[in-house]
Amino acid sequence: MSETGRFDTTNILVVGTGGQGVMTATEILAEAAIALGHDVKKTEVAGMAQRGGVVSSHLRFGAKVLSPQITPGTADVLLGFEAAEAMRWRHMLRPKGLVLMNTGRLVPPIVELGLYDYPDDPVASMRAAGTQVFSFDASQIAQELGDIRLGNTVMLGAISDHLPFPAEVLEHCILKRFARKKAELVELNRHAFAAGRAAAEAAAKAEAGVA
Amino acid sequence: MTAGVMSTPPVAAASRLLMSGNEAVARAVWEAGVRVAAAYPGTPATEMLECVATYPDIYTEWSVNEKVSLEVAFGATMAGSRGFCAMKHVGMNVASDALMTMTLTGVAGGLVIAIADDVGLSSSQNEQDSRYWGRFAHLPLLEPADSQEAHDFTLAAFELSERFEVPVILRLTTRICHVKGLVRIGARSERAVAGFTKDVSRWVMVPSAAGRRLPLMFERERRLRAAAEISELNVVESGPDRRVGFITSGPAYMHVRESFPDAPVCKLGFSFPLPFDRLRKFAEQCELLVVVEEVEPLIETELKAQGFTVTGKDLLPLSGELSPQVLKPAIAGLLGEALPELARTAPMAVFPRPPTMCVACPHLGVYYTLSQLRNVTISGDIGCYTLGFGQPWNALDACISMGASMGMALGLDKGRSDAEKDKKIVAVIGDSTFLHMGMQGLLDIVYNRGNVTVLLLDNRAVGMTGGQDNPGSGRDIHGKEAPRVDFANLVRALGVRPERVHVLDAYELPVLLRTLREETKIPEPSVIITNQPCVLIKDYHALKPYRVLDERCTGCGNCVDVGCPAIHVTRRERVRKASGREVDLAFVRIESAACTGCGLCLKPCAPDAIVHVDTLAMPIKVIRKSAELARNTQDV
Repeated sequence: MSETGRFDTTNILVVGTGGQGVMTATEILAEAAIALGHDVKKTEVAGMAQRGGVVSSHLRFGAKVLSPQITPGTADVLLGFEAAEAMRWRHMLRPKGLVLMNTGRLVPPIVELGLYDYPDDPVASMRAAGTQVFSFDASQIAQELGDIRLGNTVMLGAISDHLPFPAEVLEHCILKRFARKKAELVELNRHAFAAGRAAAEAAAKAEAGVA
Repeated sequence: MTAGVMSTPPVAAASRLLMSGNEAVARAVWEAGVRVAAAYPGTPATEMLECVATYPDIYTEWSVNEKVSLEVAFGATMAGSRGFCAMKHVGMNVASDALMTMTLTGVAGGLVIAIADDVGLSSSQNEQDSRYWGRFAHLPLLEPADSQEAHDFTLAAFELSERFEVPVILRLTTRICHVKGLVRIGARSERAVAGFTKDVSRWVMVPSAAGRRLPLMFERERRLRAAAEISELNVVESGPDRRVGFITSGPAYMHVRESFPDAPVCKLGFSFPLPFDRLRKFAEQCELLVVVEEVEPLIETELKAQGFTVTGKDLLPLSGELSPQVLKPAIAGLLGEALPELARTAPMAVFPRPPTMCVACPHLGVYYTLSQLRNVTISGDIGCYTLGFGQPWNALDACISMGASMGMALGLDKGRSDAEKDKKIVAVIGDSTFLHMGMQGLLDIVYNRGNVTVLLLDNRAVGMTGGQDNPGSGRDIHGKEAPRVDFANLVRALGVRPERVHVLDAYELPVLLRTLREETKIPEPSVIITNQPCVLIKDYHALKPYRVLDERCTGCGNCVDVGCPAIHVTRRERVRKASGREVDLAFVRIESAACTGCGLCLKPCAPDAIVHVDTLAMPIKVIRKSAELARNTQDV
């Protein structure tokens, strides 16, 4: 899918802020790709991720992956856990690439202090720049399911129909993580995954209606 | 450890695990039969020792600093065991005193030193090229390019170390340490330990003995170069497009291979001493030769001195990673070609999101207090509290290296201008940094009668690297109980007068401010120790969260100046006061789901607008008292 390199490599960029579960989500995506026999590399620059800073996690998989980094302009899918963060990384996307994003906002102190403005409408800005965006409020969906931490699984549900393998492979990799812990967590995550999948599908339909 | 893939159908390969470079090194350390492993935490190296500590049959420790960790690992090899130590690049600056002489003694058991360079400065105060140490200390140097090689080269490094009785440097970068890839692993092989052999001509490096070992070191380097010439770790890949051939090492190899799939490439895994003969042969098959190395032009300079016609840093940047987006345009320029059209869209403008201190971090209160001091220079150090330089506190004026806050403060004191006679000098340092390299500096302040007020922020953890234990936390690398240093006694033992030593609760803002004001007035060394734990470690206990009563909030914005990420501005207003002065108001809310009830924002809140989530309008004094009580009872 990627436009660089000799090998047929899929490039997925997962972005958000420290503490949102970006790195775990990418790890689960990587596990799914490995399960299907792909070579996989995953990298992030997250030295200060725990301090609420920017986290961007690169996942590349295919027959053989060389450089772990996604070259700007070659990401197939951008999965944004936070609205402004999706906007920050839009330039990483290939021309016909897809943004799947949470419209939920995490406003940092630097904005609270009045030193910078939060973008008025990240989704509209990205669309105006010609990017295909499927957006939904994953934070709210997670909260309605009873735990903001389910946002991670909601996001994975959202991307699951936009991968070069069946959604069930990814779902299996998520649920298997919780199977060792608690049965009710498996059920909660199953719901969260389905909710994310439905949200992305609804967003795709809405986007088609707009266009 | 990384979760395996073994139970996932269809299984790709049962023995291949998704591992970071750090995890892969750790696995190989265990497989190599290492008996002793030591390190001080530092990004991007930290996870190597964290991960080694999860394996059985290896003594593992957090050392107080990198120099000690290297000495511990070296001592183990004197005893005939295999030893390992890991550090970030700046760690070797500290450890190098030991390194520069153990190259003369050599080792008995295998010694591998993993040095992780933070190429691109994801979390460091500088960018260094640790490959210099191989040249400086005449030690062999291996450079893996991915997780599999991180594993395999670690095993090879131990073999090389024992074959030549020499410490071997394993040079990693952030893009090895923190990249996950598939790794084929093996089993541990136990080794017999020979025991220590007394030999003063080898182990006691007095001048006469050291002088006799110098020629041996140079002879060893000659033999190492011969070994590099035939080493399987150095690989030549021929390619059909011979216009440009590449000599490269480490993760830069992956970027080269990705960018120029048809070019001839010489990949140096055993990159010092350089295999000149082999490189000469490689050069013959290329029209132009480009060296791609992160970050300094070391290979390039040595090849030029040998008469090679090569290019490198005149095309490529002298700092940062050499990723495909850097390499492709540079080589296209060299060949006079137009770049293939890439979808290069400009990044959209979005506010910066610098790292912040955590919700309820005890450092918040310290920096809020420091931000209220006037006529002060604040000498800082390495840790989470370095973030105090930023908004909203602006309360840290210098930071260079581990422990340097002490010496810099003394120098600022002694070197002050006449105009700054009354300037207060404050040094801020964390518990682990103080033990690493700070206490010698404090001793120097005391001995030389400096006028410095030291804030020792004891949060019982190496916070920035993820809350590792240290001699101040009372736990070892396995989380088991360990002897705990008493900071108040320690600084008194260094000579700080007992009445100048204060142990305070970092959340007690008025006491903190009063003590700081008093101590900065007294012209002698003082130490103020704050004693509340890092919110990310298990010693921290969350309290009942707060919320803001909208009807009481006057928009003064004082709480925003604390800098807690749980406080959000809901609306701003500009009003004209009776005096005619214009004032900006910021009305706030507290993200109660994130708030852990530290109560720092209560103190600056004049209208008592902040209450517990389940409190309607309890008098604020009662709330403050209960918060203090709750905290005190939990910390006893």
